[in-house]
Amino acid sequence: MTSTLRQDIAYTSRDILVDEQRSRRRPLLTPSFLLAVVVTLGLLAASLLVGQFDVFAEGNFWMFGITRIPRTVALVLAGASMAMCGVIMQLLTQNRFVEPTTTGTTEWAGLGLILVMWLAPTASLLARMSAAVAMAFLGTMVFFLFLRRVSLKSSLIVPIIGIMLGAVVSSFTTYLALMTDTLQTLGIWFQGSFTGVIQGRYELMWIVLAVTVLVFLVADQFTAAGLGKDMATNVGLNYTLVLFMGTAMVAVATGVTATVVGTLPFLGLVVPNIVALFRGDDLRSNLPWVCLVGISTVTLCDLIGRLIIAPFEVPVSMVLGLVGGIVFIGLLLRQRRKGGLVT
Amino acid sequence: MISLTDVSKAYSSSVSIGPVSVDIDAGGITALVGPNGAGKSTILTMIGRLLSLDSGRIEVAGHDVVNTPSKAIAKIISVLRQENHFVTRLTVRQLVSFGRFPYSKGRLTLGDEKYISEAIDFLDLTDLEDRYLDQLSGGQRQRAYVAMVLAQNTDYVLLDEPLNNLDMQHAVAMMKQLRRAADELDRTVVIVLHDINFAAHYSDRILAMKDGQVVEHGTPAEIMRDDVLTRVFNTDVQVVPGPNGPLAVYY
Repeated sequence: MTSTLRQDIAYTSRDILVDEQRSRRRPLLTPSFLLAVVVTLGLLAASLLVGQFDVFAEGNFWMFGITRIPRTVALVLAGASMAMCGVIMQLLTQNRFVEPTTTGTTEWAGLGLILVMWLAPTASLLARMSAAVAMAFLGTMVFFLFLRRVSLKSSLIVPIIGIMLGAVVSSFTTYLALMTDTLQTLGIWFQGSFTGVIQGRYELMWIVLAVTVLVFLVADQFTAAGLGKDMATNVGLNYTLVLFMGTAMVAVATGVTATVVGTLPFLGLVVPNIVALFRGDDLRSNLPWVCLVGISTVTLCDLIGRLIIAPFEVPVSMVLGLVGGIVFIGLLLRQRRKGGLVT
Repeated sequence: MISLTDVSKAYSSSVSIGPVSVDIDAGGITALVGPNGAGKSTILTMIGRLLSLDSGRIEVAGHDVVNTPSKAIAKIISVLRQENHFVTRLTVRQLVSFGRFPYSKGRLTLGDEKYISEAIDFLDLTDLEDRYLDQLSGGQRQRAYVAMVLAQNTDYVLLDEPLNNLDMQHAVAMMKQLRRAADELDRTVVIVLHDINFAAHYSDRILAMKDGQVVEHGTPAEIMRDDVLTRVFNTDVQVVPGPNGPLAVYY
């Protein structure tokens, strides 16, 4: 066959040199990336040190292992994974405004949590988490299938429908919570917060690490899927399989984070858009950036929440909601200025 | 060779394509022409296995496009649809490198990089390769998509109206580049064209469709005749001798 023959062309050393210079992968270890690493590490160090309890006083260091380390690990895993969920969902839907809280995914996870509390009040944290993951998967699939059925004229309609769907699901959840006297639990859950993330609770977050590693391995398939079903099929990608895989990953990350931390609004929206703004959308070379910006954002918001009314704490979801809302509006305005990009 | 046997596709009870049986020879450029709604794009996307068939069989170089794994087809056929709108922010080079996906699954080798560079140079995009697609003009973006399917290095290249949105200068440049791809790179190009004069000048064979059927199939000389074109396009067409071959005049 001629196509295989054509591949057997020998390359001269000069050709290879030229091609290395033109390679699409940009170097990762740039000064700006190292700076971002330093900033992130600084924020994490601050997270370890900030708190009312003086962990460095005589005989107090045991608290460091019980609260500070679990909280910081959870910040890292939740920040990185929720930011990645945003990227995956945005590529799969080809819509810049989609992330777990604008598609109802987190609300479905919440429904799963309440269902378990209602049907099996003594269920373990692991069982509750499994229900959250299962419902998050179901809900996200419903949303994706809906999107494939109807072609929407404006990309802004997509998050509006997602938020409406989420509102319907969460009102059902609230009804269930009212019936079962668990409204207070629900309220605490909806306010995503790292306050209660301590030893014995945060360990589940390690599951999210597995998802993160998996995303790194299949990143190019998601970028290819982001070119649309036809282009993806043209290069031999099984689009439906990638869609399922992405949904499963998002469901696991969202379900676990919802169980341990609660909702983290807008994180998956803000981070990918900021990274795309200055680095484009090549997922594999962007992933380290997405993780770093995700971790920094959630850690910074958590620190603000811990410091602003110390010795009390503001839930991180409130700070994120405020910051995320502002960035969301900024994005809308920017796209409007550029003209036509929204559609 | 692309061979269609009794291929049909029904969109609704009143709109259906086929049954079409036709053989398209390997090598050169074959142009699909015909009025709107004749089924040109449908046939092209079915050959490229982006659309399922209701019945019949399509074979490309002996491979059944429905039953052969999509990954294997991706090394034999590349297909570019008319509308390619996506929000993903990629540079020209990043887009073109996805043409190598069937071979490398994203982990590009030096050989892949060479194909990518060649495809970019072939379409005169060398200076634009690090620009984002949303910073390009419609014509430049169209060339980037074609570069991507050329980098895929398939024997068969299917293009659905690649001249759409291109001005005179860029349309001619695009056809010349496709001509070179057929002649120098030995590709079989099947292309949906609206302009019969472009088809007559640059293609080796013309396949005319009307109402879901193939009504004519032959060399440009055989198709460029008053009676044939008038019948195919439902419009009075006169073929006059031009400086570079026959010209269809229909206005």
